Amino acid sequence: MIKSLLRSVIALRTWIRGWRRGSSSRKIPTQVIQLGVIFLAVGVGMFLLRQKFVPETFGDLGHYRAAAVAANAELELRYAGWQECAACHPDKVETKNASFHRNVSCEACHGPASDHTNRPMRLRPELPTGREPCLACHRYLASRPTGFPQIIEERHNPVRACTGCHDAHDPTPPESIQECSACHNTIARSKAVSPHAPLDCEVCHDTPAEHKMQPRAHVPKKPFEREFCGTCHARDAQPPEVIRDVDLTVYDIPRIDLITHGGTFVCWQCHYQHSPEAR
Amino acid sequence: MSQTYDRRKFLAEMLKFPPATIVLGVIGPVKLLAAAGDDDDGYEPTEHYYAMGIRVEECIGCGKCVQACKLENDVPDEPFYFRTWVERYIVYTDGEVQVDSPEGGIHGFPPVADESFPPVADGKEILRTFFVPKLCNHCDNPPCVQVCPVGATFKSQDGVVLVDEDYCIGCRYCIQACPYGARFLDPRTHTANKCTFCYHRITKGLLPACVEVCPTQARVFGEIGDRSTPLNRMMRMSHLEVLKPHMNTEPKVFYTALDGEVR
Repeated sequence: MIKSLLRSVIALRTWIRGWRRGSSSRKIPTQVIQLGVIFLAVGVGMFLLRQKFVPETFGDLGHYRAAAVAANAELELRYAGWQECAACHPDKVETKNASFHRNVSCEACHGPASDHTNRPMRLRPELPTGREPCLACHRYLASRPTGFPQIIEERHNPVRACTGCHDAHDPTPPESIQECSACHNTIARSKAVSPHAPLDCEVCHDTPAEHKMQPRAHVPKKPFEREFCGTCHARDAQPPEVIRDVDLTVYDIPRIDLITHGGTFVCWQCHYQHSPEAR
Repeated sequence: MSQTYDRRKFLAEMLKFPPATIVLGVIGPVKLLAAAGDDDDGYEPTEHYYAMGIRVEECIGCGKCVQACKLENDVPDEPFYFRTWVERYIVYTDGEVQVDSPEGGIHGFPPVADESFPPVADGKEILRTFFVPKLCNHCDNPPCVQVCPVGATFKSQDGVVLVDEDYCIGCRYCIQACPYGARFLDPRTHTANKCTFCYHRITKGLLPACVEVCPTQARVFGEIGDRSTPLNRMMRMSHLEVLKPHMNTEPKVFYTALDGEVR
């Protein structure tokens, strides 16, 4: 095969030389024709193979399939973008955009919402509850940038859900209540880090309005029987309305049997109500 | 060249010009109109050149970008497939550097230090600690594109490095070539997979999912060039750095306040 190819090439060379000199006959030798046929066959073969194997649109824009760009752009949206939310909930977006959360997009907390924007009535986005969704950003971590608002969760109203005090769309911290804590600061401080933190003082102390004016003349009431604590802590007690913003999935109310627990003692002979240690 | 022009021939040649001008004058606008008609969604890739900025000093390591990326792009759930992830760097006073990224930071980071100041971890004082979000750098000179034997990964006209999923043969050359570890092999399709800057979003005028959910604007998306974008502003106002500049990959993810320890 190679030998015959070489022979053809030599024949081609001699023929071209002869043609240049004008001496040789103008007839093309058979070997040259054979060579031409081989080249033509290879060329046509390459062309056909290219047609078969090089995909459509390959090389239109570069060394790749131009159709792949469109394929990459076809993926379905999951996050709709806050502009979509603003179309139906302008009030919420307006509140948020005027608050410290102005740069937090709706879907950062509520999750991907394009299912909801496509079928608003049928699919609802998430409603974050409890403390964890807020703590994801606001838990103290040494690596977070200085100045970013962070809390130490054990010391910041431990069992209370964040939305009890803060509006997530306008999270400016509420004014600290200077009602009872103005005078009873020690009690307020121990209560703030105790499981009783979400309870207002008035839940247990029925306080006459005049107490602030004449503290000694109008003394607030104190509970005086076991059944008062039992309204929350008895085995069959319903959690009262006053603690509804507590995340009861994280912190459960300790339950006791009022008849057998503690014998003849009243509750505050063993437990300090402003920081009850029993869990 | 002995040929010369006589007057007759010259005039005859000149007569061809007016019709030619008319023909070209008609073809040009018709072509332009046809091109405009083709473009229904009004997106012209040659008019954009995308890039991203990451402000390390703003990142709080909440991991929302990682979650959003996984959801938006249908990235496998396993905690070792990521198109973007967040790393936590801890530099101790003795010079030791510790980097961790539990599950890519998708669920945030556990506290590592106690609450003292300066913070202490494992009995050692921390000098500085910070989060660094990472993703494909969409290099202007991408090594992954150079090694692809079939042309299944490429830099698009708008500067985004994409993968042709239908054409990828799953040889993993690009995964090895990437100096940033930004690629993985999708276990379902056995093709290379990587960040696309959410190409399906940016071509519709939306932000990439990670940028959309970032609560502190640590991620800034925009374009390089004349167009005013938040990225252009960031690039103008900040000292910029890129990852592994010595690799000559010319990354298009620009970091501000990047610590020298970040690799």
